[in-house]
Amino acid sequence: MTLLPRWVYLPALLGVAFVLLPLVALVAQVNWADFGSLITSDASTDALWLSLRTASASTLLCVLVGVPMALVLARTRFPGQGLLRSLVLLPLVLPPVVGGLALLYTFGRRGLLGSTLEVLDIRIAFSTLAVVLAQTFVALPFLVLSLEGALRTAGHRYETVAASLGAGPTTVFRRVTLPLVLPGLLAGAVLSFARALGEFGATITFAGSLQGVTRTLPSEIYLQREGDPDAAVALALVLVAVAVLVIAVVRPDRAAR
Amino acid sequence: MKPHRAAAVLTAVALALPLAGCGTPTSPTLTVFAAASLTEVFTALGEQFEDAHPGVSVRFSFGGSSDLAAQVVEGAPADVFAAADAATMARVTDADLTTEAPTPFATNTLTIVTPSDNPARITDLDDLAGEDVALVVCAPAVPCGAAAEKVAAAAALDLRPVSEEQNVKDVLAKVLAGEADAGLVYVTDVRAAGDSVQAITFPESAAAVNQYAAVPLTDGDQQALAADFLDLLTGPAGQALLAAAGFGVLR
Repeated sequence: MTLLPRWVYLPALLGVAFVLLPLVALVAQVNWADFGSLITSDASTDALWLSLRTASASTLLCVLVGVPMALVLARTRFPGQGLLRSLVLLPLVLPPVVGGLALLYTFGRRGLLGSTLEVLDIRIAFSTLAVVLAQTFVALPFLVLSLEGALRTAGHRYETVAASLGAGPTTVFRRVTLPLVLPGLLAGAVLSFARALGEFGATITFAGSLQGVTRTLPSEIYLQREGDPDAAVALALVLVAVAVLVIAVVRPDRAAR
Repeated sequence: MKPHRAAAVLTAVALALPLAGCGTPTSPTLTVFAAASLTEVFTALGEQFEDAHPGVSVRFSFGGSSDLAAQVVEGAPADVFAAADAATMARVTDADLTTEAPTPFATNTLTIVTPSDNPARITDLDDLAGEDVALVVCAPAVPCGAAAEKVAAAAALDLRPVSEEQNVKDVLAKVLAGEADAGLVYVTDVRAAGDSVQAITFPESAAAVNQYAAVPLTDGDQQALAADFLDLLTGPAGQALLAAAGFGVLR
């Protein structure tokens, strides 16, 4: 027997309808007769392929720097740590277009690091690398947050035992910590991938939009929306399918444990 | 008042506030949907219109012409629609949303825009095809991109932009930020951007002249005001404002 008051069901139901109805409407809008040709056009496959490549690269970058960040945040204590954590997670709540501007003023030709990069003959703006940077910027907090939570939940008892038995810190990390938090790490990586795949605001501000180079799926959808709405809807459905797949893999009910 | 009751009242107020604005305005309001490039001119024109029609207020929705056309076709409440090119206007007239033919009121052409120090030393359209020039244009799917394609074709140039943006303001933003060496935008956009950019006009721009036109919409409930607004737009006051902003005008 549930203790819930009965009135909560109506708003709850409305909330569910509010989330699902737009998706139903999107699916209803799909031009199924041309669906195949719409998502296999040159522009579409270029965008899809670019999105998959850049989102994978961003996820890899997120893992490479995010795992150490989560370890430091979860396993050490130092003054200002709380503030640092908030700042590092800032991209999570920052509007992506603001992130794009910030990246532009950092890595752009006239940005903070611009002259240094110019000397090294590295041009980031309008390159695929710019897309990866924008995606990594917005996706990183997802990985750090998931993994830090997993690390805290796992505790450090096993690590202490392993260390007392003579294992060095790197061995402890590799043989004890990593296997313990692997589900959390995977969930974080999948979430980062999904966020990177959906990145739009920072990309359009910082990287531009050119077929096969910087025009990812969301940019392509945004562009086609004006010229060819059917193509935009078909591509939108592809992104929805990926999102559903991500949810199926991560399963928030398990990740929440 | 107990704290939780105070919270409930606050919540109720917070929920009701946005609804308060939704009622029918008591004074007549003319709603104009207009291309983003018209922002400065129409805002000034709206003030003149309000001065000439005491008690009337004019509200604008500025955006990409194609976007606005889509909104109007989907039933957005507008009395006047002003588009930046004939193709976009056709989407509204084809949908039977007006009984009148669109009134042309201005033209706009493309210009080269560079950062004020012109780092790539651009002097004419041919320079844009240079090897090391970071050129940014609009995507062919939007009006300014279609115009860019036309002038490139007229000059038999193979332009290789580093980015094809979704609208003309994004092109300008990339040049303003110094990321792009050059861009193709409308003459009026450069005028609005001031000294931080440099405009370089080129003769081939005549190959792509955008026709701006406005039309009163049948679904609007301010037919008389809509007609007055079009009169103001095509009259001396409107044409003077448009000319000052860099538009080509009727006479």
